[in-house]
Amino acid sequence: MRVEIGVTTEMAIEDDVLVVGGGLAGAMAALSAADANDDARVRLVTYKQSTLRQASGLIDILGYTPAGEGPLVDPFDALESLPTGHPYERVGSEAVRDALAFFDEIAGDAYAGGHTNANALVPTHGGTVKPTARYPASTAAGLASDDRDALLVGFETLPDFDAPLAAAHLEAAGVPFDARGVTVPFPGIVRDDAKVTRYAHLLDRDETVTTGAGETGAREALATTVRDHLEDESRVGFPAVLGDDDADGVRAELADTLEVDVFEVPMGPPSLPGIRLEELLYGALEDAGVRVTSGVPVVDYETGANGSDEHIDHVVVDRNGTEIPHRADQYVLATGGLVGKGVRSERDRVFEPIFDCHVPHTPDRYDWFVDDVFGDQPYARFGLAPDRELRPVDATDEPEFVNLRAAGAVLGGYDYAAEKSGAGVSIATGYVAGKRAAEVVDR
Amino acid sequence: MATDTEVLVLGGGSTGCGIARDLAMRGLEVTLVERGNLTDGTTGRMHGLLHSGGRYAVSDQASATECIEENEILREIAGHCVEETGGLFVQRPEDADDYFREKLEGCRDCGIPARVLSGREAREVEPYLADDVKRAIEVPDAAVDPFRLCVANAVDAENHGTRIETHAEVIDLLRDGDDIYGVEVRHDSGPGKRAHGVAGTTEEITADYVVNATGAWAGQIAALADLEIAVRPSKGVMTIMNVRQVDTVINRCRPKGDADIVVPHETTAILGTTDEEVSDPDDYPEEEWEVDEMIDTLSELVPILEEARTIRSFWGVRPLYEPPGTGTQDPTDITRDFFLLDHAERDGVSGLSSIVGGKLTTYRAMAEEISDHVCEKLGVTASCATADEPLPGSENIEALEAGMDDFGLRSPVARRSKQRLGSRAREVLETDAPNPVVCQCEGVTRAEIRDAIADSGSDLNAVRIRTRASMGNCQGGFCCGTMASELHPEYDEATVRSALDELVQERWKGQRHALWGEQLSQAMLNYALHATTMNRDRDPAGEEDASLEYDAFDGGRPAAEPRTDGGKHGRNASRDRGDH
Repeated sequence: MRVEIGVTTEMAIEDDVLVVGGGLAGAMAALSAADANDDARVRLVTYKQSTLRQASGLIDILGYTPAGEGPLVDPFDALESLPTGHPYERVGSEAVRDALAFFDEIAGDAYAGGHTNANALVPTHGGTVKPTARYPASTAAGLASDDRDALLVGFETLPDFDAPLAAAHLEAAGVPFDARGVTVPFPGIVRDDAKVTRYAHLLDRDETVTTGAGETGAREALATTVRDHLEDESRVGFPAVLGDDDADGVRAELADTLEVDVFEVPMGPPSLPGIRLEELLYGALEDAGVRVTSGVPVVDYETGANGSDEHIDHVVVDRNGTEIPHRADQYVLATGGLVGKGVRSERDRVFEPIFDCHVPHTPDRYDWFVDDVFGDQPYARFGLAPDRELRPVDATDEPEFVNLRAAGAVLGGYDYAAEKSGAGVSIATGYVAGKRAAEVVDR
Repeated sequence: MATDTEVLVLGGGSTGCGIARDLAMRGLEVTLVERGNLTDGTTGRMHGLLHSGGRYAVSDQASATECIEENEILREIAGHCVEETGGLFVQRPEDADDYFREKLEGCRDCGIPARVLSGREAREVEPYLADDVKRAIEVPDAAVDPFRLCVANAVDAENHGTRIETHAEVIDLLRDGDDIYGVEVRHDSGPGKRAHGVAGTTEEITADYVVNATGAWAGQIAALADLEIAVRPSKGVMTIMNVRQVDTVINRCRPKGDADIVVPHETTAILGTTDEEVSDPDDYPEEEWEVDEMIDTLSELVPILEEARTIRSFWGVRPLYEPPGTGTQDPTDITRDFFLLDHAERDGVSGLSSIVGGKLTTYRAMAEEISDHVCEKLGVTASCATADEPLPGSENIEALEAGMDDFGLRSPVARRSKQRLGSRAREVLETDAPNPVVCQCEGVTRAEIRDAIADSGSDLNAVRIRTRASMGNCQGGFCCGTMASELHPEYDEATVRSALDELVQERWKGQRHALWGEQLSQAMLNYALHATTMNRDRDPAGEEDASLEYDAFDGGRPAAEPRTDGGKHGRNASRDRGDH
């Protein structure tokens, strides 16, 4: 779709690096571009809410090899032997380490796991354990390799986390501690269908709630509710609803009152650890001087500035019906995969909707899946094939554009769900794409 | 171990459950056995049309007349299973005027209320009909929930003393000379409520009379006693859309053809269908072209279907039959009427009758006729009451609709829950315990899930068909796990896990046929939720040897000193370990 757009009266907005997409990969690309070149003007344009809100907030690098071996104790070991075309193979293992170090710097105390190369096994709300390289500080006391007994606390109005079942499941998974679960009412929740953000805000603001013991702050009321159920356990896990703006404070106060360690179990969407990660990244973008334009989709692009159709001159964003050109020297595409709609499909084709970059796939949609839901699913690998510069290539392996790089789930050739590599690929490819873009900025 | 009963019904579809209810209400002792879940055969795999009879008004007027009679009865006795949508037979410019006229006359001949609408009037009823639709005949077609209907029959049969045994496959017919006196069943090892049998065991059930109501599988059952029934199973595809593009049943007004009906069903619309003879009702190809044809051909009637989102497709097998020697080639020409085969008259083997052919709309009338036959055989004189006695859930529906009680639920959830539960709504939803929504797409609450579990046990597909939980847009991506949680602690963790796996795989089966556009994105999201967030695809609890070496993994930042006091007093040590 290389459509010539009409002459526009709008002045183009000029930047050096333009990142399209505001998820983990886009944010990392913008941050790394700003970091690599102090002089570069970096802008991030984002349309819809990012898929971070659907993600657990864990930063996994590689939990299993593409062949299914694992859980891997050391994700970095396995990076050396990934198949050609895997995003990690494209950028190289050194870049993955550098990118993770860059993330660690940005995340600071909010994330843990950097003290070792080993993966952690984090209990999930389904009662399984998941291998991950970094994990939010709020989950740190819950690790499955920690042999202290744990009490899991669920709420009777929050059916997504059944604590007694999760505890039984963890024991079936052979964890080296006793896990016990209880289900309690959440003080202050009066509606059976309250959103998880309501739970978080009650604790954030320590709202006054009424329980059988009278009126108290929500934090104290929750601690009081749990204390009656606590036996010898030295740590207590809750579904990840323990605050948003003041999550550390909520956790610390519960821990102090109960005299145990407190941890969160990551949940499905909407995910507070995912929301907190998003807030952390957008704070960092602001600090780094990245301009963020949100709520606008990129609807078109034009080539030809240097007389070449391999060079993107500008993209066009739609701002409330007005088409605004955005011109940059270098572009990073980080619009997500099938979930984020950076990759789309119709009955007979899979495509990338903005630049129409080549998406390798078989035309027959009955070859896009296998019959076992958790089998080796071809659709999970749909996405762009990049060169080692992360430039998407066409069917003949030539870059689609000289100044377009791609990062995150819009890339194909890997199954992030099976490998547990989604966040890591976003961080590594975002880091490399942003850095390379900033390094070659022509100014 | 042998158990004995008066009448043994084979098959837990609408026919079998209808017969069981009818006979039980007449005071007979009945046992029903079903290989899988209730509705697992053809009943749960139909388009949900409650025929007005209009469809057969030209080709088969006897069936058409029977349809309109039963249609009117079911609106009364099964009101909570029926949505009175009305139906249209729509004529496009290329469809023959003669046939349109024959259809209209046929409806009138059969007592089916029918009224002609102009193209413009038809589009006022259904705005998404194509601009060039010429005219339409309005008939009292309706939408029926086959699961709810079948389960309500089963529940009422149980209320009248029937033993309903699911997950019990017939592995032998017990035959002594020229008499059939029972069956041997094998109780399955899958999750399910088995009040009588133990998984993996077999049981002989003897009976005064055996009714083979296994539809497309009737030939396989008969063969166990060396009897032959030439059932001609015919498959048809149904494709489910994510929203109701139409609120009226839309039929194409032409003699016959594939892809000629759209049925609004709950939150969805169902496109149907194809008609292809298959050799084995358990093993036939589900083909891409069939789905494409639904979308492409029905878009001629409702153009927005071309770009709409489908959430899954499924196939059903019609239990078509015709007497030996009829020799019809095209399965679309085989009669939809049913046949009662008395093996005493037919084969000289007493104690067994088989029912083949027929359709859901007339299940009750079929059950009545067969029950009359069984009673005659057994010398019972009680008469049929099923045309007048409402099914459980359909008593005093008007009183329920008049009531404003929302049981503390948000009104959209309350409305849908009450539609599903009918007159049982109060009994199920009135609770002091918290009652959060478990399935957001279909508005199903914990209380309704638990009610279904109490009825059907740990088989989550049985819970699904009773509640519609996991049948909406997300196809269970968000709610399968939560549904499973409701099984605990009544069922242990391992049972919950296998029940969840079974539901997830079942939901995937139908989605495979809808994997493009929004639904492929949904599938990837579901995969990510289950595999990325929960690691359910590589759950160490599911491994044969659960020997994961936890020691080798990150156990957290080392504490200043090991804890030995159980954590009650060492606050500082604990803070070092966790919060940093």
